[in-house]
Amino acid sequence: MSAPTQPVPAQRTPAGEEPAPLLATRGLTKHFKVGGAFSGRNLHAVDGADIVINRKEIVALVGESGSGKSTIARLLARVYQPTSGEILYQGRPLSSMRGRRQVLEYRGDVPMVFQDPFSSLNPAYRVSHGIMRGLKLHRHELNRAQRFEEAVRVVEAVGLTPAADILDRYPYELSGGQRQRIGFAQALAYRPKLILADEPVSMLDVSIRIGLLNVMAKLRADEDVSFLYITHDIASARYVSDRLMVMYAGHVVESGPTEAVLADPKHPYTQLLLSAVPDPRAPLEVTAEAAKGEPPRVINPSPGCRFRWRCPLAIDECATTTPLLRPLAPAHVAACHVATADPDPTAGTDSVAGSDSGGEAAPE
Amino acid sequence: MSGASILEVRDLSVIYPGAGGTVSGPVGAVDRVSFDVHEGEFVGVVGESGCGKSTMLFAIARLLSPPASITGGSVTFRGDNLVTMADRQLNLLRWRNLSVVMQSAMNALNPVTSIGAQFKDALEAHGKFTAAQVRERSVEVMDLVGIDPVHLKSYPHQLSGGMRQRAMIAMALLFTPELVIMDEPTSALDVVAQRSLMLQIKELQRQLGFAVIFVTHDMSLVSHFSDQLLVMYGGQVVEVGPTRMVFDTPSHPYSRGLLDAFPSVRGPKVELTGIPGSPPDLAQPPEGCRFNPRCPVVEGDCHSVEPELYQVGTVRSRCLRHNPERAGTVEVSS
Ligand SMILES: Nc1ncnc2c1ncn2[C@@H]1O[C@H](COP(=O)(O)OP(=O)(O)OP(=O)(O)O)[C@@H](O)[C@H]1O
Ligand SMILES: Nc1ncnc2c1ncn2[C@@H]1O[C@H](COP(=O)(O)OP(=O)(O)OP(=O)(O)O)[C@@H](O)[C@H]1O
Ligand code: SF4
Ligand SMILES: [Mg+2]
Ligand SMILES: [Mg+2]
Repeated sequence: MSAPTQPVPAQRTPAGEEPAPLLATRGLTKHFKVGGAFSGRNLHAVDGADIVINRKEIVALVGESGSGKSTIARLLARVYQPTSGEILYQGRPLSSMRGRRQVLEYRGDVPMVFQDPFSSLNPAYRVSHGIMRGLKLHRHELNRAQRFEEAVRVVEAVGLTPAADILDRYPYELSGGQRQRIGFAQALAYRPKLILADEPVSMLDVSIRIGLLNVMAKLRADEDVSFLYITHDIASARYVSDRLMVMYAGHVVESGPTEAVLADPKHPYTQLLLSAVPDPRAPLEVTAEAAKGEPPRVINPSPGCRFRWRCPLAIDECATTTPLLRPLAPAHVAACHVATADPDPTAGTDSVAGSDSGGEAAPE
Repeated sequence: MSGASILEVRDLSVIYPGAGGTVSGPVGAVDRVSFDVHEGEFVGVVGESGCGKSTMLFAIARLLSPPASITGGSVTFRGDNLVTMADRQLNLLRWRNLSVVMQSAMNALNPVTSIGAQFKDALEAHGKFTAAQVRERSVEVMDLVGIDPVHLKSYPHQLSGGMRQRAMIAMALLFTPELVIMDEPTSALDVVAQRSLMLQIKELQRQLGFAVIFVTHDMSLVSHFSDQLLVMYGGQVVEVGPTRMVFDTPSHPYSRGLLDAFPSVRGPKVELTGIPGSPPDLAQPPEGCRFNPRCPVVEGDCHSVEPELYQVGTVRSRCLRHNPERAGTVEVSS
């Protein structure tokens, strides 16, 4: 595995005329019909997400299982079409992209690492096939020999050795964690600008996991690559990310600098989530309220906060009005009626998620 | 553990005759693994990615597909050797007495049938149930794992990663097996859902008395839920013993490296490097101790003498430092 480097701290562009962010979404929404086409039941996988990912930024996306994280990544990767809302890449709406070339270029710039490596690799082909094919599509400058060299480089970068042997195997001849890293290696091969990494380390032991996180940090430092890093491993999100976004039941409920969110979580769900992060060295703690994980209700949801049934702080308003993201601390937003703001929350608020709601209910 | 042993694995070995066909030779993915599982026990299995954990579980449940083969050893489940058991007899045991949650829920679930239909098939293959009973039991197990029973109508691709994993666990609990084998069953779950699911499993275990073999990379799950811990490296068990002992005072240098390497959500942020070096090539494992190229306390004979599992207090460790016959051995325990 390549030499680990110090994870780089958040790199904020100086305030002022900022260029368009690398990737941004406006009101991104995805609904799925469930229970048959005519049942009229809509599952709100993602509702009204305003996300910003800057150049050279690692954004971690955490949250409830089933809250819409993979759906967001798939929307950004153009695997799904949004029900409504828009995705802007370097300021340009994806919906305005025309023709195979532009789409291909976007796919090369913004590849996705899928959550389930067992279904995302084609079992009929050797590992080398997918990587070489991707290189042919996205890296025209390389000849065949160079493509092979590049394939070896990316496979070694994710800690798979001997690379030539691994490339020669079929996906079913690899272990779960080995397959997972092939997905990651494939994304690296394109020299991407942003990698949509959907739980890329969930099947790796802690040691190899650290190695891969260090690869991410190094890519960001050396090649300005950004990441959307979806994970349930909050310690790893802390280790590598600049910003943390938290989802619950289809809504982004909190977003801010990683250390700030961890130190002072504003949304009650974030608080619950962080309190449940286990410490392997301490005995298990079980609090009564957290013991029961109730699934969120996102089929034809009525207005109101989707966390209210589990929320210890809920007030009447929570059942009637959907809370919007509002600034509560510098660059730190949360969608909760009750959460309280720091003295001057707007200071330093620039390109965090939910810039749309900046004027909404911001306390003075 | 107090209960009688229900599973005895002895010298189990598995070989994949040749990966990719050309480059490498036979891969010895599991090499002479032995351990016992007792009634009601929770056995955690940890180890590097690619070290043979899934292969071992597949071998125990006789789910390996050719050309992979068990090349030696026995697996005794309630007195019968599964390795030599006829398929027909084995099929009777599966689901009912012994159920398996595979690493990839997507692979294990049928993509073109709804979750509910798959539950129904599993139930009906092993007993007579009325439609109402099938429905009732299906809803029960979905509730148990925290998924809305609406999703009995869903197809696997319509579920999120964590929901699929939970559906698999639900399926493994349809009957009341004596042994449930789970391969990283909660890797796609958030920590809140994971904790509530693990508590459910422990509670069920307490009520029904089944044993669990649980592969995971999550050290907190091991630490909080397992009674016995098995650490694997390069196809072999390198350390096995009561979880608290192994966890708090790891004997084998690999166990120590593994248990030292995780980042924390609390305290100062420190740079981590993991265990240096790369995993062994199982087609050509290093001579002597398989961990020797990466071991921080390697010595001369580690390159030539193959360690066995040596007793160290209540645990067993595959490290020459614990070989009582090693010349000039100094017992190193911490
Ligand atoms: N193709 C689909 N058809 C119908 N429903 C879907 C589809 N894909 C996702 N969903 C639903 O959308 C919701 C969000 O799923 P998603 O996979 O985005 O969750 P997630 O946050 O990635 O969860 P996990 O952490 O468990 O992977 C879930 O309720 C899921 O059942
Ligand atoms: N069909 C196969 N042919 C050849 N080699 C294989 C085959 N399946 C697995 N292997 C190899 O056998 C070794 C053990 O694989 P196994 O899937 O048991 O690992 P694992 O411990 O479960 O890893 P992970 O934690 O990544 O899932 C790996 O090095 C893998 O590359
Ligand atoms: S036998 Fe030698 S190389 Fe192997 S773990 Fe022990 S000290 Fe290290
Ligand atoms: Mg997902
Ligand atoms: Mg495995």
